[in-house]
Amino acid sequence: MTETQIEIAEELDARGLLCPMPVIRTAKAVKALTPGQVLKLLATDRGSIADIPAWAESTGNELLDWHDEGDFLVFLVRRGQET
Amino acid sequence: MLDEKYVTVPATLTEDAVRAIVQEELEQAQKRDAAGKKAAIIASKGTLDWAYPPLILATTAAASGMDAAIFFTFYGLNIIHKDFEQLLKVSPLGNPAMPMPVTMPNVVLGLPGMGPMATHMMKSKFAGKNVAPIGELLEAAQELDVRLIACQMTMDVFGYAQEDFIDGVEFAGAAAFLAEARQAHVTLFV
Repeated sequence: MTETQIEIAEELDARGLLCPMPVIRTAKAVKALTPGQVLKLLATDRGSIADIPAWAESTGNELLDWHDEGDFLVFLVRRGQET
Repeated sequence: MLDEKYVTVPATLTEDAVRAIVQEELEQAQKRDAAGKKAAIIASKGTLDWAYPPLILATTAAASGMDAAIFFTFYGLNIIHKDFEQLLKVSPLGNPAMPMPVTMPNVVLGLPGMGPMATHMMKSKFAGKNVAPIGELLEAAQELDVRLIACQMTMDVFGYAQEDFIDGVEFAGAAAFLAEARQAHVTLFV
């Protein structure tokens, strides 16, 4: 699935922030969505490559896609039912 | 060779199917086990550098859907003191791992002014890298309902009153921490 096929409900710019703030902000932003809606997260913290999937896994949210834009990372997170 | 009449497993049950059943059972067991969703952390150090790990782990645990509690004891009380900005410092003395711009012998590091200089250096280094300041992590912790528990015994020893601490702090002893920790898989002493 690519970004163009997914409807983005909210965008969160966490560029420049370091651990733990990208996860903290993502958790808050996803909580504000309704189940099924998608958050687009922009981050520069390289730790996010491991942290965002781990966070999604343990919270029942779904990481649809992520990629490296070069200057920053893009993550697409779909809110699950049980967050 | 097994007699066919003793084989109760249907022939259609593949290895994949067995794996799926085991996986499902495991997931259900994890859901039933409330301890998997609890983190209990002790913060015992009162320096700027060591204030970070308990706050980072507790806020991340809470953001990951866990019930997180930090028990602040001994020097760790500095972290939730109203004057944490002034109290949390670093010292280059006795810490050979601290990166310094130039190598300095301990006798120089012990001179007046070196402690404040190291503290200032660490704060500006952290700010320059955009690490969240302690105040922001404390706010995040409170917003995420991380329980901040001050150790009453060390408060009494150091002469702290309940009003000396930031709002929302609870006060308790070892038994309260253990009651929390015995229901948690994640327990850490920092």
